[in-house]
Amino acid sequence: MIIDERNIKMWSTIGARATFGIAALEIAKKIDNLIVCTCDVSTSAGLDRFRKTLPDKYYDLGIAEQNLIGVAAGLASEGYNVITTTFAPFQTLRCCEQIKVNLGYMKQKICMVGIGSGLALGTLGFTHCCVEDVGVLRSIPNLNIVSPADSLETIKALEAAVNSEKSTYLRLTGSSNNPIIYNKDYEFKIGKSVTLVDGNDIIIFCAGAITKNCLTAAEILQKKNISVKVVNMHTIKPIDKNILDESQNFKLIVSVEEHNIYGGLGSAIAEYNSTFTNSPKQLFLGIKDIYGSGGTYDYLKEKHRLDPEKIVEDILKNLD
Amino acid sequence: MDKSNINKIQNFSKSIRRNIIDMAFSAGASSAHLGGALSIVEIISTLFCHVMKYNDDPQWQDRDRFILSKGHACLAYYAALCEIGYISKDELQTFEKDSSKLLGHPVINREIGIDFSNGSLGMGLSLGIGVALSLKKRKKNNRVFVIIGDGECNEGSVWEAAMAASHFKLNNLFIFIDNNKFQQTGTNDQIMKTSDLRSKWESFGWETIDIDGHNIKELCNYFESMEDSELKPKAIIANTVKGKGFSFSENNNDWHHSILTKKLYDQALEELEVNK
Repeated sequence: MIIDERNIKMWSTIGARATFGIAALEIAKKIDNLIVCTCDVSTSAGLDRFRKTLPDKYYDLGIAEQNLIGVAAGLASEGYNVITTTFAPFQTLRCCEQIKVNLGYMKQKICMVGIGSGLALGTLGFTHCCVEDVGVLRSIPNLNIVSPADSLETIKALEAAVNSEKSTYLRLTGSSNNPIIYNKDYEFKIGKSVTLVDGNDIIIFCAGAITKNCLTAAEILQKKNISVKVVNMHTIKPIDKNILDESQNFKLIVSVEEHNIYGGLGSAIAEYNSTFTNSPKQLFLGIKDIYGSGGTYDYLKEKHRLDPEKIVEDILKNLD
Repeated sequence: MDKSNINKIQNFSKSIRRNIIDMAFSAGASSAHLGGALSIVEIISTLFCHVMKYNDDPQWQDRDRFILSKGHACLAYYAALCEIGYISKDELQTFEKDSSKLLGHPVINREIGIDFSNGSLGMGLSLGIGVALSLKKRKKNNRVFVIIGDGECNEGSVWEAAMAASHFKLNNLFIFIDNNKFQQTGTNDQIMKTSDLRSKWESFGWETIDIDGHNIKELCNYFESMEDSELKPKAIIANTVKGKGFSFSENNNDWHHSILTKKLYDQALEELEVNK
């Protein structure tokens, strides 16, 4: 795929889901044994062109996610490189045990793409939001969990996941007009975080579309002479231990995620950091273990204190 | 179907029953799922001794594929893998022992002919669909055989898969429903009525047949006389007896999962001898 300013803008406008559809088609043209399996979501996942262009590489399993994972594992066992996709709750929780047995236990290699994760589908209610997927999947061995920060990173993560020997869960967050984090090509590697802004006092770890709000929050804090490092922790599993080692030198560690604060990125960081005797205090920003009312994406981000202003407020409250 | 072939399969079944009780006895107090293993002995024997294509290499590309979706019946599976030379008699004795390859449910191990892990019910048919689709994509004429329990048909995922297999016209996919009329804690009628399984599978678009699952001749005849005119997956409703082969276990659901004592083991050996 040509990574230039024009395309990056276009991908950002259409959002991660539609970008995924375009990327899948481009990858499938190059990789002969690639197959995409979906559950009646071709339009939502931006796969209509894929379906028409490469019908032999596309299976719609209907609204049946347990069967989706089993069939994908069967195809994988015969040497196919399979991408599955549907909305995040159905891609993960609905078929959780199939993921455990087929991908975790049996190590059949699949790339699962959960679309519309986090809070973006808030107007549809919490059946369709997904703030549990990382927590649940993190307890299953032999899985990568990757949450791209923007549309370009979605493409890079998809390519990496397809080429990985391990199964990957790709957690797509954000809506259309997905903010741009990367305005040019960069090196992406599963398990290796990317420092977006450097600083000395506070270190913010984030993943997914909420990354933009963290960058804005950091700008506000810089103006108050607080030096902030922002790290895109796109891979939640395996967690990047090197950057966590480095995080021991900061006054405050902040994790920001569009996910329940239990079980997600923040938990993964805290689990590792608890092995240090004097690890800095960690502030967990995310969904505080509730569902609550639904509403637009912006409304929900603000309600759950994930907008830049509330992130700043919460950080300032926790600075000694 | 000539008689020598039938005899061969009968002898194979007998060896399988012998292997099954040997493993169950050696498992001792850790118990074994005897009932559901004994009900599929003739099915698995007919498949491994007569129907399926395989050779000395368990990973031979052109083999027919086998999936034991009712994974708890693995004693019969391991016994068959031993009979065809993929695992040794000594290995069988490690059944359910610490770090054994042969646990109480199959664990994927392609070197010994176990293509998938199974045991959590309702997953094997979906795998079979993936495999059958792959074979069709590569224009291979190998077949996929899946054994499913009647109790297993309680699982909703079985019916997701049932719908998909006919949708994709997978006429290379065969399932045996081990219709022994029992499940873990009672009869199907008591726990969850499966009612007329044949009409259920038929209405999901499968070609179906009712068969005596212990009658080797009938099982063989099905494959000999089968005409594959329609592009449909095949569901063979095999009417079986849970615990088949031993007087103490037949239709006695205590043997779903139980301990084979020395006394009963000796009795089982005797009964195998008498039925020679």
